[in-house]
This record gives sequence, C-alpha cells and structure tokens, in this order.
Amino acid sequence: MSNSLALLSIFILAVFVGFEVVSKVSTTLHTPLMSGANAIHGVILVGAIIVADHASTTLELVLAIIAIVLATINMVGGFVVTDRMLEMFKGKKRNTDSEDKK
Amino acid sequence: MNRDIYDLLGLLAAVCFVLALKGLSSPKSARRGNLIGAVGATLATVIVFFYANDGRALNHLPIILAAITFGLLVGTIAARRVQMTQMPQLVALFNGVGGGAAALVAIVEYLKLGDKATTAEVIATIFTVIVGCVSFSGSVVTFLKLQELMTTRPVVFPFGRAVIALTLAGVLISGGFVVANGGSTPLLINALLSLLFGILFVLPVGGADVPIVISLLNAFTGLTVAASGYVLQTTLLIVAGTLVGASGTILTRLMAKAMGRSLFGTLFGAFTAKAQSANDSGESRPVKSGSADDVAILLNYAQRVAIVPGFGLAVAQAQHTVRELADLLTAKGIDVAYGIHPVAGRMPGHMNVLLAEANVPYEQLVEMDEINPTFPQTDVVLIVGANDVVNPAAKTSPGSPIYGMPILDVGLAANVIFLKRSMRPGFAGIENELLYDTKTTLLFGDAKESLTKVVSALKGL
Repeated sequence: MSNSLALLSIFILAVFVGFEVVSKVSTTLHTPLMSGANAIHGVILVGAIIVADHASTTLELVLAIIAIVLATINMVGGFVVTDRMLEMFKGKKRNTDSEDKK
Repeated sequence: MNRDIYDLLGLLAAVCFVLALKGLSSPKSARRGNLIGAVGATLATVIVFFYANDGRALNHLPIILAAITFGLLVGTIAARRVQMTQMPQLVALFNGVGGGAAALVAIVEYLKLGDKATTAEVIATIFTVIVGCVSFSGSVVTFLKLQELMTTRPVVFPFGRAVIALTLAGVLISGGFVVANGGSTPLLINALLSLLFGILFVLPVGGADVPIVISLLNAFTGLTVAASGYVLQTTLLIVAGTLVGASGTILTRLMAKAMGRSLFGTLFGAFTAKAQSANDSGESRPVKSGSADDVAILLNYAQRVAIVPGFGLAVAQAQHTVRELADLLTAKGIDVAYGIHPVAGRMPGHMNVLLAEANVPYEQLVEMDEINPTFPQTDVVLIVGANDVVNPAAKTSPGSPIYGMPILDVGLAANVIFLKRSMRPGFAGIENELLYDTKTTLLFGDAKESLTKVVSALKGL
C-alpha cells in the first residue's frame, strides 16, 4: 500500500469515528463540545513547529512563528475555556441541596 | 527518537482525541474528556520536539519556545479573564486563529517545497489556504457580531449574490492557477480572495444563526488541519483534523436542528429574506407597563411560575438575583421552573452554563419540550431579558427570519411579564407581537435592578 493510500485510509476511517462519536449529544453540551473540538484542532501547532524547524528564509520563519503563536492560543485557550464552562456543570450538581450557599 | 516510538506516541495522542470527543458528549464525563484532550495535545506537542529534526535539537529552537510561551500566556489569560457571557465570541476567535495558523503552515510548506511539490500536495495546500483563510476572516466577523461591534442583523448589500459568486469564482480560478502553474504571487492572491470570501460569506448571516456558523467554521478548520497533515505527512494531524471536521459537521447539523433551521437556509437565507425593518419602524403602539409592585403582586398570588431567562439576564449579571426571587417564591409554596430554550443566550447550552454559575438547582431547569405543555397551567411567566425565543412570529409569520424556530409557548400562560431594558427588539432584530398582548405586563429597566425591586416588594407583601 502506497503512503498516500495509507493516509487516505486513515482519513476515511477517522471521518466515520468522528461521525459516530458525537451522534447523540444533548443541547446543553453543544457549546462545550464545540469548544473542546475547537481546542483539538489547535494541534496544528505540531505542524507549525515542523515548518518552523524547516524554515530556511526569514519570510518562512516569520510566517511559521506567527502560526505557532496562533495555534498555541487556539489550543491552550480552547482547553482552558472549555474547562471553565464544564466546571460550572460540576458545581451545580454538588449544590442541589445546599441552596443557600452563595 | 526512534520513528516507531514517535508514531506510537502519536497514535496514543490520537486515541486521546477520540476519547476526549466521546467524553465531551456526555455530561458526566465531559470535564474528564476535555482533560484527556489536553493531555493528548500536550503529548503531541512535546514529542514533535524530539522527532521533527531526527533527534537533534530543532532549528530556531529559542524563538519557537518563545512563540509558544507567548501564545500560552495570551490563550490562558484570555480564557481565564473572559466573562462567561462573552464566551461564544472567544470560542469563535480561537477557532479563527486556528484556521489562520493552518493556512500559514500550508503557505510556508508550499514556499519550502517549491517545484518539488506533487500535484496532490499542491491541491491539499490550496484547500488549506482557502478554507483556513475563510475560517479566519469568517470567525473574525462572527466575533464582531457577537461582541456587537457591528450590526447583528444580516448585512445585505446590492448585488450581494453576484459579488459573492464572483469572489468565489476568483478564489477557485486563482486556486486552480496555482495548481496548474505554481508560483507564490498567485497563492497570495488566492489567500487574499479567500479572506474576502470569508467576510462576504458571514456578513449576511443573522445574529441568531451565528452559533451555527461558528460551529461550521470550526468543522472547516478541522478539515484544513487534516489537509495540512497530508502535506506534512503527519498522521496525527490527519486524524485530529478529520475527527474535528466530522464531529463538527454532525454538531452543526444538531445545532441547526435544535433551532429548527436548515443549514442551507441559515447560510443563504439572507438572499431570500428581505430586510424586516418595515414593521419595526418604531411607531409607538400601546403597551401595558407596570411597576415592580404590580409584578410582585402578580407573582405572589400565582401557583405556578415559569421563569424564561435570556441573554439580557446574563448581560445584567442578574443570575443570582433571579435565583433569590425563585427561592423566595418557592418558600411561599409557589411552584417555580426555569424554561430553558435550547439556544437561550448566544449558543446552545450557554444559558445552562450561566445559571449553573449562579447555583440554580439543576432540577428546576426545564428544557423546552418539557415545559411547553405546562404553560396553559402556568399562572405567570416571567421573561427576563429574552425576546426571540418567545416570539410568536416564529410560528405565525412565514416571512420572518426566525420563522420555523421552535419557541417557548409562553403566550399560553395566564399572564406574561417581560423584564426589558427598552422596546428594542432582540438579537435577531425582529418585532415581538407578544409585547402588545393584553395579558402582557412590561417592567422596564435593567434586569438586575428590576428583579431586586420585585424581590423587596415581594418581601413586603
């Protein structure tokens, strides 16, 4: 199997995994799920680091460094903000009985 | 690092991403899921330092580390500092910068490969540049809309359809030219046209539909990451990007369904629906406005009260006051429930997050489908800073931009109280007939101040 074909197989299989994994989600979780998925594509940071390493001209390096900054913001910010949202959900279950806590 | 070990660790990171998405789909495991995703992303980032340059230290290592540190600080501070009410636009912005990063990665790799690039690689590059740029500029426009730095209404300009079609044609032709002939100037033109197309693509989308567009752009960014993974021959990027692309597409459809919109209608609705401004030209029609005391009396003699919170509640930071009111009513033996529209706030689930922040008991939050049949038995519906989600135009006027969206049938209750700042229409910019109904009482003012007044009036009764 050629390399391209192997990558294509991986792509197609990942499409199905992606479809399956989120087929039933309550509306409550739509926003955190979107935000979490958003953080995951911040992994383009890996690609940005690879091209920064390859960079041979100043232009290439500058563009790659900008890409690194943007990708890191996407990844780190995404996970942190998702965690903040989900923290709220955890809090509410614990406080069901003690309503006076403020 | 040995290539096999690297690939195995990369596989581990990919498994983390699958588990993260799986975890995020269910309330119990959501937080853990997010954490697993973060672990996977960290792992993926760390191993590339040991592998990318065949085990030797990376070229330009100090500046790479500095850039990561800077991004880390900006991302963390932004995510920590943001008000929960402004969270949707932050997510949009994070998505946009991710798309921008993917486009830049593809451009650098293209410059690097030069003539050595295969046709398949150039096609993947062009795809990444186009979609990444669209995602970037489109997300910036959604940010501006949500932040209300620009109008939230659909922006329709003369010959809009033709301009968009021409821009799209330009994007495709310049992209095709790069595939056929190569060159960096055509690629630059292609990128600029794609940025323009992203702006034109999002401008006509009405405020209420913006979350769907963010979700769609999120899926787009995932696909660009997958495509750049192909160019860089990095399996992990292909898997992670495809996962996000596929799950994001499903999520976009789920969201559109929750709002009762077709995806197509959302994206191209602005072409067909003419501006609705004709009937909200502000001619003054009689409304019944009341005082905090009137509202308190209505509530005091009710047996069943439903509270419908909207974005206005969040803006006024009135979550805690509304809970105080609900507790007071419960103490008087009145049955209280919150009616949560799926898209109350600015995104599906946004209102649940905001109310959870104020420790509102989970079992009082009732979803739309469950609360709608109870409205005929409800004495008073208290609408706090919501408008579009209770607008009967969604059912009665086919020409309205929100026509078809499921709404909370508050009109079936015996009394309706609106807490509003002014007569200004809601986020979607549409007049609400319910405001003029005889059973409706309006209490004007800041939601928090009004609620505080109602609470003290109620205590005095």
